[in-house]
Amino acid sequence: MIHLAGVLFDGLAYGMLLFVLSVGLSVTMGLMGFVNLAHSAFAMLGGYLSVTLMQQAGVPFLATLPLAFVLIGAASVAFERVLYRRLYRSGELDQVLLTIGLVLMTVASCAYFWGTQQQSVTLPPYLFGHFSPFGIDLGYYRLFLIAVGAAIALALVFGLERTRFGARVRAAVDNQRMARGLGIDVNRIFALTFAIGSGLAGLGGALAINTVGLDPNFATKYLVYVLLVVSVGGLGSIGGSFAAAVLLGISDVAGKYYVPEAGAFIIYALMVLLLLWRPAGLFGRRV
Amino acid sequence: MVLAAPAPSDPRRAIAAAARWRWYETLFWLALLLPYPLLPTYLDLASQIAIAALFALSLDLILGYAGVISLGHAAFFGIGAYFAAILVQRWGWTEPFSGLLVSGVAAAAVGYLASFLIVRVSRLALLMVTLGLGVLLEEAANHLSGLTGGNDGLHEIAVMPLLGRFTFDLYGRTAFLYALAVLFLMFLAARRIVHSPFGLSLRGLRENAARMPALGAPSRARIRVIYTISAFYAGIAGALLTQTTGSVALEALGFQRSAEVLIMLVLGGTGRLYGGIVGSIVFLVARDQLADMNPQYWFFWIGLLLILVVLFIPGGIVGGASALQARLGRRA
Repeated sequence: MIHLAGVLFDGLAYGMLLFVLSVGLSVTMGLMGFVNLAHSAFAMLGGYLSVTLMQQAGVPFLATLPLAFVLIGAASVAFERVLYRRLYRSGELDQVLLTIGLVLMTVASCAYFWGTQQQSVTLPPYLFGHFSPFGIDLGYYRLFLIAVGAAIALALVFGLERTRFGARVRAAVDNQRMARGLGIDVNRIFALTFAIGSGLAGLGGALAINTVGLDPNFATKYLVYVLLVVSVGGLGSIGGSFAAAVLLGISDVAGKYYVPEAGAFIIYALMVLLLLWRPAGLFGRRV
Repeated sequence: MVLAAPAPSDPRRAIAAAARWRWYETLFWLALLLPYPLLPTYLDLASQIAIAALFALSLDLILGYAGVISLGHAAFFGIGAYFAAILVQRWGWTEPFSGLLVSGVAAAAVGYLASFLIVRVSRLALLMVTLGLGVLLEEAANHLSGLTGGNDGLHEIAVMPLLGRFTFDLYGRTAFLYALAVLFLMFLAARRIVHSPFGLSLRGLRENAARMPALGAPSRARIRVIYTISAFYAGIAGALLTQTTGSVALEALGFQRSAEVLIMLVLGGTGRLYGGIVGSIVFLVARDQLADMNPQYWFFWIGLLLILVVLFIPGGIVGGASALQARLGRRA
């Protein structure tokens, strides 16, 4: 029982991390239908940005988090303007290839500039260690991850459901042509949403360093996890991404803990079955 | 109104015109023989290229013609490769031609089963299901080490001499001619398929999946057929690799092989049959020449190349060349 609670806690924390890494892609793919595999490359750059700010400029870890969010978000808009916008009307194959090309280039560049070794960050002392109520080990950093993930989920739901900007985003997701007809500047909405989504990826990359590490393979490894969350959760659905991320996080941690010899088998089998059952994802609309 | 005789756009004539064998095709295939007399030390690489080209051709059948993307196509390549090895090691079936055929059929059987899953999904879900099936198979092969050798793979797989006469020599002469001959025969068959009315209906599905059923072409049934054929092709390519190199390892069905074949095909051009061949020549020759380079940096250039191809020459090398030819032809 104690083990089970510990696994659930670790899985929940891991799921929150996956949620922060992937929710942006879910919203932007739902909005523009653009298959942006470079989302995980933005996350990796966020991680390296955080490491560099700490080591070169002496910025404390917690202060690098908002910086990763803002800077990666701003940088992503440049990519969106220069490269992505040209392919909105192309098939998904072209989009997949262009963004895989970006991932390969980012991986190689990171290996060139930062080397292939694992990076690490120095946490503030109060995020170290763990406490054990009822014999369950609860790590402070994991609690922090859960708090950040929950706060972001609430902020996104509030922003999307209760603000004028959110209403415009929802309108553009539902029916882009109609939204344009009503005078909503869909291009601008998308650029902003894209910046926020990629910024969240950058933040996720910085948050990830302390639990899963950071090396140039981060982009390819977590690309698969991010796509898993997005496809299982359903495009454009924040609640879906949240549920899928928590499900994936818990099944991955539980799988590694209880049946380590099964490896990646469990999550992939789960994904294939879920997608065959509901091709648009758990919370996606049928297309 | 008179029921007109064949209109100028008679579909039969259009199909026949598209299927006509052109002189530069003969030239192209003769040129593929050149490594044998000119580059005897590179025959191993040339065999690798022929095998990769056959694999790319297999992907072209579903991606280029039917518009079905796959991120896990190495699964069928790997099934063919392992099946060819197991045939020899477990059952002592060492005759190469029949071994090739049986391995292809094994891959096709799995492809047929998988096709029922494939037709249920599209877009992102299709990418994820093909990726997922590929990873599941890789994990399975890794764990069934009694059958597959696990991480070590299977080695010293010796097949009988070809036609009872030609042994697989150290210089790879037999292997090269064997791989090239198989590629050529499979290419002719693929050419026949894509220029048939069936092939035309696949292109229709690629262009407008909703409209074809309305014209009487059952989309799912046709995609299942071409997917099975494509798996057969991939299985033959995998079995060729096993027979010519005498070994098979997990990387035969890894994600990297799936990704590389996609890159080769796109580089050469999809939906043109020759694209996969040209793409695999360019990709593998470049990798061979840059072998000293750290693989990390090799991927940088591949990524850049992908981006440039997508943005500026959407039809790949072959598509770009034929567009250039058309433009020059118009000017002349």
